[in-house]
Amino acid sequence: MKISESWLREWVNPQIDTDALVAQVTMAGLEVDAVEPVAGEFSGVVVGKIVAVEQHPDAEKLRVCQVEGHAEGIKQVVCGAPNAREGLVIPFATIGAKLPGDFKIKKAKLRGVESFGMLCGQTELACGDDDSGLWELANDAPIGTDLREYLQLNDNILELDLTPNRSDCLSIRGIAREVSVLNNCDYNEVAIAPVASAHSETRSVTLAAGDACPRYVGRLVKGVNARAQSPLWLVEKLRRAGIGSLGPIVDVTNYVLLELGQPMHAFDAAKVQGDITVRWANEGEKIELLNDQTVTLKSDALVIADESQALAFAGVMGGKSSAVSDDTTDILLESAFFAPIAIAGRARNAGLHTDSSHRFERGVDYQLQNSAIERATALIVEICGGAAGDVFGAVNEANLPQAAAIVLNKKRLATTLGLSLDDSDVVRMLTGLGLTLTDETDDSWHFVAPSYRFDIAIDADLVEELARLYGYDKLPTRTPVFANELPATPENGVSLRALSAALVARGYREAITYSFVDPKLHQQFAGGKSVITLKNPISADMAEMRTSLLPGLVQALRYNLNRQQTRVSLFESGLVFEQGSGDQAYPQERRIAGLLYGSQQSTAWCHGKDKADFYDLKGDVEALLAVTRNQQAFDFVPSAEPAAYMHPGQCADITLNGQKVGIAGALHPSTIKALDCSSSVFVFELTLDVLLTGKVPAFAPLSRFPAVSRDLALLVADSVSSAALETAIANAAGDSLKSVALFDVYSGKGVEDGHKSLAYSLTFQHAERTLKDDEIQQAVDNVVKTLAADYGARLR
Amino acid sequence: MENLAELTVAALKLVVDANDLAALDEIRVDYLGKKGQITAQLKSLGKLSADQRPAAGAKINEAKVRVQDAINARKAALEHEAINAQLAAETLDVTLPGRNAERGSLHPVTHTLNRIEDIFVRAGYSVEQGPEIEDDFHNFEALNIPSHHPARAMHDTFYVDDRHVLRTHTSPVQIRTMLNRSGPLKVICPGRVYRCDSDLTHTPMFHQVEGLVVDKDVSFADLKGVVAQFLRTFFEADVPVRFRPSYFPFTEPSAEMDIQCTHCSGDGCRVCKQTGWLEVGGCGMVHPNVFKACDLDPEQVSGFAFGMGVERLAMLRYGIKDLRMFFENDLDFLQQF
Repeated sequence: MKISESWLREWVNPQIDTDALVAQVTMAGLEVDAVEPVAGEFSGVVVGKIVAVEQHPDAEKLRVCQVEGHAEGIKQVVCGAPNAREGLVIPFATIGAKLPGDFKIKKAKLRGVESFGMLCGQTELACGDDDSGLWELANDAPIGTDLREYLQLNDNILELDLTPNRSDCLSIRGIAREVSVLNNCDYNEVAIAPVASAHSETRSVTLAAGDACPRYVGRLVKGVNARAQSPLWLVEKLRRAGIGSLGPIVDVTNYVLLELGQPMHAFDAAKVQGDITVRWANEGEKIELLNDQTVTLKSDALVIADESQALAFAGVMGGKSSAVSDDTTDILLESAFFAPIAIAGRARNAGLHTDSSHRFERGVDYQLQNSAIERATALIVEICGGAAGDVFGAVNEANLPQAAAIVLNKKRLATTLGLSLDDSDVVRMLTGLGLTLTDETDDSWHFVAPSYRFDIAIDADLVEELARLYGYDKLPTRTPVFANELPATPENGVSLRALSAALVARGYREAITYSFVDPKLHQQFAGGKSVITLKNPISADMAEMRTSLLPGLVQALRYNLNRQQTRVSLFESGLVFEQGSGDQAYPQERRIAGLLYGSQQSTAWCHGKDKADFYDLKGDVEALLAVTRNQQAFDFVPSAEPAAYMHPGQCADITLNGQKVGIAGALHPSTIKALDCSSSVFVFELTLDVLLTGKVPAFAPLSRFPAVSRDLALLVADSVSSAALETAIANAAGDSLKSVALFDVYSGKGVEDGHKSLAYSLTFQHAERTLKDDEIQQAVDNVVKTLAADYGARLR
Repeated sequence: MENLAELTVAALKLVVDANDLAALDEIRVDYLGKKGQITAQLKSLGKLSADQRPAAGAKINEAKVRVQDAINARKAALEHEAINAQLAAETLDVTLPGRNAERGSLHPVTHTLNRIEDIFVRAGYSVEQGPEIEDDFHNFEALNIPSHHPARAMHDTFYVDDRHVLRTHTSPVQIRTMLNRSGPLKVICPGRVYRCDSDLTHTPMFHQVEGLVVDKDVSFADLKGVVAQFLRTFFEADVPVRFRPSYFPFTEPSAEMDIQCTHCSGDGCRVCKQTGWLEVGGCGMVHPNVFKACDLDPEQVSGFAFGMGVERLAMLRYGIKDLRMFFENDLDFLQQF
């Protein structure tokens, strides 16, 4: 909300400067976002009047004006503004004037015609945003007066960013009340005297929406001059609040909104058919609003209706059909209380946000309606003339909000703040805010909240009021002492940090990608899954919740390839999302995934240029699994049903005790093509939770006896997996086998087609004695025999 | 005996001229071996009288020692040369880069979260996590934000369905923790959060870390103490921390916390937008309605909560200028951390 500082100071004028005032209210919770001078720095600008206009002889767009206002008499000024015309009253920068930006006005010749000064628009004086032409001042502005003096421009606009709980400060009166308590000084309440009734015509009002509208006050003012000019003080106060002048009647309703916080509306009484009803809208009911927008209302929207139609979108905006125009002579003023819950969200649903809806949905003083309508009536009659009638309306007292009665425990206040406030200060501050002290005992106060404080309901609310008025910075600061229990610390726990560190050590960079992905890309990875689509995505390409971390990583790969990167290894951990059912509406699983692309190693004098392949990726995954100290419990098995995006010949399921917990492999060539990558992309993705529990080391005794190694080169068919052979070796070699290592894989010359040679080194060692040669030979023979029988393996 | 001196001279010359260990050994055999020329001189001792023998023997031995010493010296010299030659041959350009494997890196958000976690975990806080698709109860209702509450408009919520949202803050984790655990609580809740907002200074996803302390008689003074200490520790700067009244539905009193600008020491600069202060988060005393929603009695317990934007802290800490970089995952960006 923007307000003029000088207007505020009319209400309350503590002896502190602007900076101090701004700091004070900011530290009290009314954050001042910006302080801007009402006008730029200028001097030598007076109120001028164009008394004659002629076309410039040599320039189509220029006019030669004779301007009144200079002490020496009429001056000739060449002007290019489209609205320069005879009789117009405008800001006139005379010779010697200084305009914002240190721009000095000198005598000049424009296309051969002499010019003695400059006629100004709002933007040239840094007084507003209107750059359409000359600033048209009021016709009765005193010619020759200094503009700053005339418009009282030595003023600041304070822009407050109020939190939604402080609707009471959405008015000058509300802010003045705060400032007065902060400075322990009085504020000047505006005197509102009832306007005497000059006629008794009224309309009947029916409140048909229960507690959504418990009070509606109206008044007919007849015979007004809607063409009257709003006085300068009114226009200027509105302008400094960021509101343009729209004729005296609307200006007055806006003024009352700013001054007292009561949103009001004026109907053209001639266009209101009969009596008034406040009711819920009919589903699908249409209304054309003042801003020319036609909205289709739902049945949860409130309307003001006459006997034939909805006239206004209650609490949000008036309707076009009953709007006040220049020709209006009789007006119907509305001053109502709408419950916040009946207005909240309704404007937003229609794509609207108005000064009125902003206040009603936060809470307008429910006792303010009558005084506001008196204030507005008095101003309208003063400016536009007319005869005010009786105030009429309807109120349903039972449906009005109830003033909260709050007991504030003295001890609790001190405990919460860590400080004892003086009893008298507590009462002074809270009554200053408008609370009524109804009782005080040794250990508590009893207060009743004022009708404008929708945010005060319980004792904690009073604690907050006292804390902020006392000053958060003055409240004590303490280092708390807590009971210090040592937490359970399972040694088999594995941290995500340790897992990430393993990948980082192997060259992976951690990425963080959006949890919502492009449906087009996602489609490649989400086959068969029930995808969650956001109801209101930020954009079409961020609409689906990821079912895998891979689309995000692939997108990051593409981003980097487009930036001339040739080697990319990335990982990410985070949730994936799927549509579920029953208790588990949206199962969310934590995963960790990685992507590897490009050469095996970075470019260096000592490195080859080989491309990374499946086994590079697998080595990385094995390093990750090793962090659990339980790597042997994991297996890589050929995927029986590889995902469509995976290369069927280079895809392994990662299993833990036979349960699939992840995949590792190459993306399918057609996926790679669809992604515009030029070479193979390797990926892995694992359920994170299975990696977060590992094994506590368990000691096995060391053997003091020598270990003996034997090498075996075996020829087997390509289809035989090395994992199967290794398991068979381990089973057949007996208890003395310490380890098996595959040290060579060969196919090609010397090995028949469809076959491969696998060379294993078997190491034997016994815990309690030296092994004999024939024992070892027997074990090796048994291995060879078993492999021959079970896998057709031959010694090479 | 007459030629002992000549033999010695000849042998010494050969030693000096010898160029390798083999040649030296040949000389040793030739002169000092069992059948060597100098050794052979000993045989002639028999021809001498008994009283001449000791002196002659001593002379021969002396010659042998001289030649042997010369051989030893020459051998040492040759070995030394050989090692020098080996060293010369094996000399490398030690400025060539090592045969390293490229090291990866953690995301700056992770670095920042780890740092925050480390600080709090050392003080006995535990780390809690929760789902990112949340239901209305945990994300709003339990946090004292009923439907139609104006604060909902502050949140720019992504909806999954009428009752489920992408969590707009990590506060629902506090609710889950209070519902699931008993006794005094000291937790922090880091994680991803979502707001339907995207421009220069907003991304639709970002990270928060929130803290929650619940115990008996916890005061606003404790909150100020913990938050101020944390900020000073995190920024490694002994600077003022400021608390400004603010509004969050789930805390009361509520505050925004600012730290004096660490770039300009409060003088005003581009980073703090000339205010001298950096806004780093919000905090407050847990609202009684939140306790009630978590089946806790606000008359019996009190507590405070605080929350901060992780990207904001990372930007201030590392001097990152553009929020959007966090999620582009440009390798040139990632490798700096």
